[in-house]
Amino acid sequence: MTDTLAQLTAKDFTSNQEPKWCPGCGDFSVLQQLKNAMADLGLKTEEVVVVSGIGCSSRLPYYVATYGVHGIHGRALAMASGIKTSRPELSVWVGTGDGDALSIGGNHYIHTVRRNLDLNVILFNNEIYGLTKGQYSPTSKVGLKTVTSPNGVVDHPINTAALTLGAGGTFFARVMDRDGKIMREIFKRAAEHKGTSLIEIYQNCPIFNDGAFDAFSNKERKADTTIYLEQGKPLVFGKDNNKGIRLDGFKPVVVDLGSSSVSENDLWIHDEKDFIKANMLSRFFDDPDASEDFLPRPFGIFYVEDRYTYEDALTEQIAAAQENGEGTLEELLAGSSTWTIE
Amino acid sequence: MSDTTILNRDDMVTAKTSVSVLFAGDSGDGMQLTGTQFANTVAVYGSDLNTFPNFPSEIRPPAGTVSGVSGFQLQFGTTGVYTPGAKFDVMIAMNAAALKANLKNLHHGGIIITDTDGFDAKNLNLSGYGEANNPLEDGTLKDYTVFKIPVVSLTRKALAETGLSTKIIDRCKNMFVLGVLYWLYSLPLETTIKTLKTKFRKKLDIAEANIKAVQAGYNFGDETEMFSQHGRFSVAPADKKPGVYRRVTGNEASAIGLAAAAKKAGLKLFLGSYPITPATEILQTLAGLKKWGVKTFQAEDEIAGVLTSIGAAYGGALAATNTSGPGLALKTEGMGLAVILEVPLVIINVMRGGPSTGLPTKPEQSDLLMAMYGRHGEAPMPVIAAKSPVDCFYAAYEAAKIAVEYMTPVICLTDGSLALSSEPMLIPSPDELPSVTPVFSPARNADDPAYLPYKRDERGVRQWAIPGTKGLEHRIGGLEKQHETGNVSHDPENHALMTKLRAEKVARVADIIPDLTIDNGPEKGDVLVLGWGSTYGAIKKAVEQVLEGGCSVAHAHLRYINPFPKNLREIMSNYKKVLIPENNCGQLLSMIRDKFLFEPVGFSKVQGLPFNEMEIEAKITDILKEL
Repeated sequence: MTDTLAQLTAKDFTSNQEPKWCPGCGDFSVLQQLKNAMADLGLKTEEVVVVSGIGCSSRLPYYVATYGVHGIHGRALAMASGIKTSRPELSVWVGTGDGDALSIGGNHYIHTVRRNLDLNVILFNNEIYGLTKGQYSPTSKVGLKTVTSPNGVVDHPINTAALTLGAGGTFFARVMDRDGKIMREIFKRAAEHKGTSLIEIYQNCPIFNDGAFDAFSNKERKADTTIYLEQGKPLVFGKDNNKGIRLDGFKPVVVDLGSSSVSENDLWIHDEKDFIKANMLSRFFDDPDASEDFLPRPFGIFYVEDRYTYEDALTEQIAAAQENGEGTLEELLAGSSTWTIE
Repeated sequence: MSDTTILNRDDMVTAKTSVSVLFAGDSGDGMQLTGTQFANTVAVYGSDLNTFPNFPSEIRPPAGTVSGVSGFQLQFGTTGVYTPGAKFDVMIAMNAAALKANLKNLHHGGIIITDTDGFDAKNLNLSGYGEANNPLEDGTLKDYTVFKIPVVSLTRKALAETGLSTKIIDRCKNMFVLGVLYWLYSLPLETTIKTLKTKFRKKLDIAEANIKAVQAGYNFGDETEMFSQHGRFSVAPADKKPGVYRRVTGNEASAIGLAAAAKKAGLKLFLGSYPITPATEILQTLAGLKKWGVKTFQAEDEIAGVLTSIGAAYGGALAATNTSGPGLALKTEGMGLAVILEVPLVIINVMRGGPSTGLPTKPEQSDLLMAMYGRHGEAPMPVIAAKSPVDCFYAAYEAAKIAVEYMTPVICLTDGSLALSSEPMLIPSPDELPSVTPVFSPARNADDPAYLPYKRDERGVRQWAIPGTKGLEHRIGGLEKQHETGNVSHDPENHALMTKLRAEKVARVADIIPDLTIDNGPEKGDVLVLGWGSTYGAIKKAVEQVLEGGCSVAHAHLRYINPFPKNLREIMSNYKKVLIPENNCGQLLSMIRDKFLFEPVGFSKVQGLPFNEMEIEAKITDILKEL
C-alpha cells in the first residue's frame, strides 16, 4: 500500500496479475495509458472501479490495482450503471470491446449513452472477435474473410461515432492504440467530463486481424488518411499540412492548401461543442483503400456536451423527497392509510 | 354533514360468517374504485378480508362488450377468509356484459344486483345476449335472487339539484350501488365518506355529489320494498388481533418488505427492474419510496435489470430485481454471475402462466424448477415462497436477510394471484422484525497481510468488501476463482472445491430456518396436505372442512424450498399419504421424490386459475377412500 497523501504513480495502479494478452497486442498500450492517466488524475486506488464484460479487452480489470469486476458478455455497461447509480462518488471505468459493447451488449450501449451516467468507457475496437479465435465482429469491414465469413463479410459495419452521437452521447473521442501520448490526454479529458465518456480505440489484433487499421496508422499513409481534431483549430491534414477540410454549404470537401485560392481562414474550425458538426465528423467514415476520393478519418475529441447525469438527477430527487427528513422504518411500515382494531 | 336522513327500518337481518362479492361492470364504470371502497369499509369495520381485481389485459377494450368487463372480487367475514372466494355469493352487474361474463361463477341461488339501465337494447346487443333476449326478463336468472335497480335514473334523480352535468352525475352511479350494498350488509358509510372527502378535497362539488350518491343508495335500501322479502345481512367483525392495520397487495407487500429489510440493515435499497405483468407494481411502489432513500432503476431490459442490481450489490447496496417468468429466463446468466461473485441479491419472481408469453395476467406456480435449477453450471441458490399477500412482506424481508447474511442471491417466489390480491396487514413494530446484519470487511493498512476476498467464516460465508474501503482493492469476476484469493484459477481441484463450498454455503441456510410446523390438523395421521406458495388459502380452507368432518388430515406449508427445513422428511413420515397440490405439473412433487426417494400424491391444476377449496377437499376425500 502507498501513502495516500502522496500522488500515486502508474506503478501503484499495477496489479500483481501478469497480463495474458498476445505479444504485440494493442491492449498493452491502453492498459499503460490508463494507469498513467489515473496517476495523473490523482485518483486513489480504493475509489476506482474498473468494470468489464467478456473478450480479450475485458480482462482489463485484473491488471489494474483498483477495485474491479469482470462481468458477463455484453453487460459491462449495465453493471457499471448499477455501481455508479448506487455509489456516485466512485470513479467508474469500463473496458469493453466491439463485440461486447456493440453486438451482444448493443442495447445497453444505446441506453447507457443516453442516460449519461458519469462513466468512462474505453471501447477497444479491433474489428474482430479475438477470444473466440477470429470471427467477424459488428465493426468488421465488408468483405473481410474470417472463419465465419469464408466468402467475406456481408454485414454492414457499425459506425461507433455515429451510433454514440445518435444515441445522445455527450462525449466521443477516437484514438489509435499506438498514440499513447494522445490517449493519456484523452483519458484525462474523459475522466474530467461529467457524463458518459466514450473513447473508441482502434486496437490492432496482431493474431486475427493484423493491420486492420494500417490505412490510418501506417507511417507513409496516415498523414493523408487521418485528421487530428484540436479544439479551435482548422481541420488541416496531409503531409506538410497541405490539405484542409472546407464546408461547401453542408458538404465537407478536401481542399489543397498549396493553391493560392484557399487559405486556412476558409477551413472548418473544430468546435467540440458543436453537435451538428460533430455529427458530420462522425460520418467521415470512408475507407481509404476503397476509393481515391475519401474524407480523412478523424481522431481526437469529436464532441463534448454538458448535460445532467442520471445519478445526479436521481440524487436530487431523493434529496427533494427527504427535504423534511428521511422516512423512518415506522413510517414505511405504516404507509399512508391505517385503521386500528381495539 | 348528511342532509338526508338515514332511516332504520326494522328489517329482518340474517347473520353470515363470510360473504364473497363481485363488483362487475364496464372498464369505465369504476368497479376497481368501488370494490376498493367496499374493501376499506369492511377492513376498518374489523372483518377478515381478501380481494382480487379481475380486469381485462387490454387497456381500453370496447365498451359494453364482454371483453371490456372489469371486476373486483372480495371475500369478507368473521372467520375462514383466506382467499377472494372460489365463487361469489353476490354479484353486482352494472351492465349486460358484466352479467354474461361472470354468471358462471355465481353460487347457485346467489344474489344479483343489476343496473337495469345497463340492460338497454344497445348494451344487450354489445354483450352478445341480443336485444330480444334480456336475461333480466326471459327466465335466465330464475335460480337467483335478482334485484333490478334503475341505478342511472335514480342517481340522476338524487343529484338533480347539484347543478352538475349529466356526464358527471352518471359517473356517481357506482357510489349509488355501493350505498345499496352497505345497506344490504348493514355496514357504515363513514369510511367511504371520509375517503371521498380526502380524494376530492380540491373538487368539493364532486366530493359532495359522490357522498350524496352513496347516501341515496343506502336510503334506497331503507325505503324500497324490493328487499323486504329477503331482509338485510350482517357479518360480525373478525376476532382480529388488536393493533394498527393497513391494506396491502402482495406486490406492495414485497416492495415494503425489501425497503424494510434495507432500513433494518442500515443499507440503501437498489432495485434494477424492467416492467412486466404481474410484477410491475413492485417497481412502481419502490419508485415512490424516495423519502426512504430507495433507488429504482428502470432498465432497458430484464438483463440490465439484474446486472445493474449486481453492480449495486458490489457497491454495497441491498440490491434486488423483480420480474415474472419470461424475465426470469432472461436474468438467468446474470443470476449465475451473482452466485459465483457471492454478492447478496434478491430476485422476486411473480409467477404467471407459461411457457413464453403464456398467460400474462393469470397465476401459475410453474417457475419452481427454473428457480431451483434454471442456470448453467452448478449454481444453487436459496429459494423461498410467499403464501399470502401479507406474507409477501415477510418473504421478501427474509429473502433479503438470507441474501445479506449469506452473501448469495436468493429467489423469492410469489405469483399473480398474490401480487394483486389484498389483505389487512397487522403493522409490525420495527423491533419485532428480525435483524439483518451485513458483515463488511474493515479497511486494512499497508502492513496487513494480503487481503483475501474469498476467505470464509465457519458458515462458509465471505465478507462484503465494498469499493471505497482502503486496502481491500480486489478484482473479481465470472471466471472461476482461486479459493480465498479470488484470483482467476483454472485448476481442476480448485474448481471442485469452489463448487462444493458454494453449495455447502447454501445448504447451511437450513441452520437458521425454522422447522416445518403443522399448520392445522393432527401431528400424525392419514393424510398430510403439503403445499407451498399461494395454494395456502385453498388448502387451509379445505383441510378445515375435512377436519370438521372428523377426518385425520393435516396441512403443512413450505416457506423454504431450498434448502428444505431439516425436519421435512420426519414430518412427512408421520402420515400414510402426502398430497401435494400445485399450480404446475408436479414440480415440488418431483423435488420431493428426488430428494427423499418417496412418492407423494400429486395434484395439478394448470388453468391459469388458483385452486379452490372444493377441488382440494374432493381430492383429499378421494385419497381417504383409497386408504
